Amino acid sequence: MSDHSNRSLDQIKVGDELPEFPYDVSATTVVLGALATRDCRPMHHDVDFAVNHNGVRNIFLNTPNLAHWFERYITDWTGPKGRPGRMNFKMRGSVFADDHMVFRGVVDDVSQDEHGCGWVTIKVEVNVEGNTMTACDARFAVPTGEVENPWSLRGDAWQP
Amino acid sequence: MSELPQVVQSWIGKKRHEEVGEFDVERGFVLTACSSVENGNPIYWDEETANDLTDGFIAPPTMISVWCRPHIWAPWRHEEGLSLKTHFDLKEALETPEAIMSSDELIFYEPVRMGERVRQYQVLESVSDPKTTGLGTGRFWNIEVYYENLRGEKLCIEKIAGFGYRRDAK
Repeated sequence: MSDHSNRSLDQIKVGDELPEFPYDVSATTVVLGALATRDCRPMHHDVDFAVNHNGVRNIFLNTPNLAHWFERYITDWTGPKGRPGRMNFKMRGSVFADDHMVFRGVVDDVSQDEHGCGWVTIKVEVNVEGNTMTACDARFAVPTGEVENPWSLRGDAWQP
Repeated sequence: MSELPQVVQSWIGKKRHEEVGEFDVERGFVLTACSSVENGNPIYWDEETANDLTDGFIAPPTMISVWCRPHIWAPWRHEEGLSLKTHFDLKEALETPEAIMSSDELIFYEPVRMGERVRQYQVLESVSDPKTTGLGTGRFWNIEVYYENLRGEKLCIEKIAGFGYRRDAK
């Protein structure tokens, strides 16, 4: 299982698009995500509370779990050497149980820092019925000739 | 509502709610989280890959808040355990029963490793003047959460922007 493919900086250019990732969100998706992030707030498991207290139409994904969805989407593309440096989310709407969500991403910047680490900035969004529910600017480290494994960087050599 | 209460002013820029997570970082929870998003990254599932790339199993960086979220009930506590307490303090002090998060930035440093405990503290960075939006009237606030391990190594800084409001003040 250690034989895995990784995307290196020289294989990436501005404008590259990540493959679309569609996913049908079920009540189980939402509840499992809340459980996995230890989030007991009722709008993530109780439809009656979500509808009658929050005034929305169903239970919806919580933010920490959505962050993990974004991480998973990006590292599916970078390979396991892709190391998250920074993720900035703008929340515009909720992803509800029974939604069909679609992740899309495009490379916005590529660079190499003074320590030789490769960096890629990706604009990612999760979309439901043509509307962006959350947008994320993500900065991930990827391998270069000088830094073959970004996870090996420690201390001041890691510049997220 | 125009004057920012003195107690809230006194919180700005101060380290608050420093707490150590109630349990060790552990792999069973990591796998539950990976399963929830169908994350097949081998650094979380395969020991050989984890040893090769990350010097042993680590937790997904985006799980950082999980390790500091208190149990909803614990025998030593007489009220519900809450994470991001500064957010709830603000809701109460500013009398804004509703609140939403508008943005969240995570900056990751050292990886979180199995068996560690995570310490966090919060700093209220700013609170806006009263604003009226489509949701109601309230204030925007910015909170930073600092996460570190018990060796004092920085793990993550989280920057959260929220808006607390009253619906009936619309």
